[in-house]
Amino acid sequence: MDPSVCRDACLVTMLLVLVLAVFLGFEVISKVPSRLHTPLMSGANAISGITLVGAVITVGAAETTFATVLGTLAVIFATINVIGGYTVTDRMLGMFKTKEKKK
Amino acid sequence: MDRILLINLVYIVAAVLFIIGLKMLTSQEHARRGNLISSAGMFLAVVITLIGGEIIAFHWIIIGVIAGGIIGGFAARFVKMTQMPEMVALFNGFGGIASLLVGWGAYHSGSERDLFTMTTTFLAVLIGGVTFTGSMTAWGKLSGAVTGKPVLFRGQMIVNGILFVIILLSGALFLMTPWADYSFFAVLVVCSLILGVMAVIPIGGADMPVVISLLNSYSGIAACAAGFAIGNNILIVSGALVGASGLILTNVMCKAMNRSLGNVLFGGFGAVKEVKKAAGGRGEVKPVSAQDAYYILEAAESVVFVPGYGMAVAQAQHALRELGEILEENGAEVRYAIHPVAGRMPGHMNVLLAEADVPYEKLIEMDEINRSIASVDVCVVVGANDVVNPAAREDRNSSIYGMPIINADAAHTVIVLKRSLSPGFAGIDNPLFIKPNTRMLFGDAKSSIETLTAEFKQT
Repeated sequence: MDPSVCRDACLVTMLLVLVLAVFLGFEVISKVPSRLHTPLMSGANAISGITLVGAVITVGAAETTFATVLGTLAVIFATINVIGGYTVTDRMLGMFKTKEKKK
Repeated sequence: MDRILLINLVYIVAAVLFIIGLKMLTSQEHARRGNLISSAGMFLAVVITLIGGEIIAFHWIIIGVIAGGIIGGFAARFVKMTQMPEMVALFNGFGGIASLLVGWGAYHSGSERDLFTMTTTFLAVLIGGVTFTGSMTAWGKLSGAVTGKPVLFRGQMIVNGILFVIILLSGALFLMTPWADYSFFAVLVVCSLILGVMAVIPIGGADMPVVISLLNSYSGIAACAAGFAIGNNILIVSGALVGASGLILTNVMCKAMNRSLGNVLFGGFGAVKEVKKAAGGRGEVKPVSAQDAYYILEAAESVVFVPGYGMAVAQAQHALRELGEILEENGAEVRYAIHPVAGRMPGHMNVLLAEADVPYEKLIEMDEINRSIASVDVCVVVGANDVVNPAAREDRNSSIYGMPIINADAAHTVIVLKRSLSPGFAGIDNPLFIKPNTRMLFGDAKSSIETLTAEFKQT
């Protein structure tokens, strides 16, 4: 069974979660100095790699070779997204920061 | 404790970490820690899924994570800052394809095929597919593998329309007969992938900041849809957060160009053939030699640089910083004016100048610089064009009329570093070049700047 399964009974809850998260997203990001646009974007991009959790579940639940292949590919792509996204964001922010110290 | 309950509780912690991390990314002092906090949330979410779930094929996950980690880590570590827009596009696309695959996997082995699950699977595949090929096309355009100009052909709208109808039809058939063979699903996958290419290919290079942030939003929405498909809350929350933040950024970019999102997506902007009518009569282009430009700069007490995509192409950011430092030693106040859509992604210029060690405080946003630009002695335009085009203020017939610009022409003297007189990416004449206070320094931006620096060093 899918470990985080939450079907019909929780459907409304899931939609509620969605709506709240969207509003929260708008609230949290509303004021960003344009200087930080790129790190914010790539940082958010890394978070969208959360699909990795889905990919792990897909592989975990796979009963056929084909499903395993699908899931493993998903794990690879999502991990590139996650690791790459966070690393590159950190690198950029590191550049922003060193100069502050220098100043 | 109940295993599923525990997993979901940890997911809540992860979601909180994402939110705190995102929040901290919006302020300079905390941004880096915010990114770390957000990555801790990701780590938690993945680890709890691994140990809490009933995972059979562990080794495949490990192999996948190691392979992806190595590729992603290397790419992120060694990419040049000038290639950052391409990199972001690539990562975006990978997130999209991962969501598509998760949706596919859910369809393939899922035991439940109720309407709701199938609808969200449909969305995950559609949006994930569009994000993937759309990002790949954007990547191609940014890296030069595909032409940066808008690609338009006759009947494009008809082709897109047909494609759209096929997607809706196959989607509907797929939803009605979820237990039938794979054919509708396959059509859906293929059409989504084609749609992604078709959606991005008509968009010109100058509009890339909008496209990149929109694709960023899509990748979040795709993850969110995948979350619904597999009934996973953390995917829904995180995906929605990214989707919302991407939309905000997209909106900011659109505002900075004074255009609606629809206009960017369907306008085929750069392809518009401008009727070459100079609004206020033709003036004269006044070229200047590097030496004369040096005299102008040498006498300046305040200098503002306006970088654009041309600076990124010429990789002139380090040379520019050096010239800026020399000007400061010479007693001038040096600042850098950044237009929100300068370059090919949101914040592109800031990243490049930060890489070249330009102090953060010297990067000034458009509105702020415009307040004081009239008292600036020399404004040096480095590879920027449309973002300093006064036609946006003056020429009602111009297609960029109304776009907020950096009022470079208000400075006492303007020096434009430019390769030739060709119009910018929007394909529009720039009256700035013929203003009486403008001097054109023709040549490669980097070598022009280096020549200027050399002039200063000689004396």
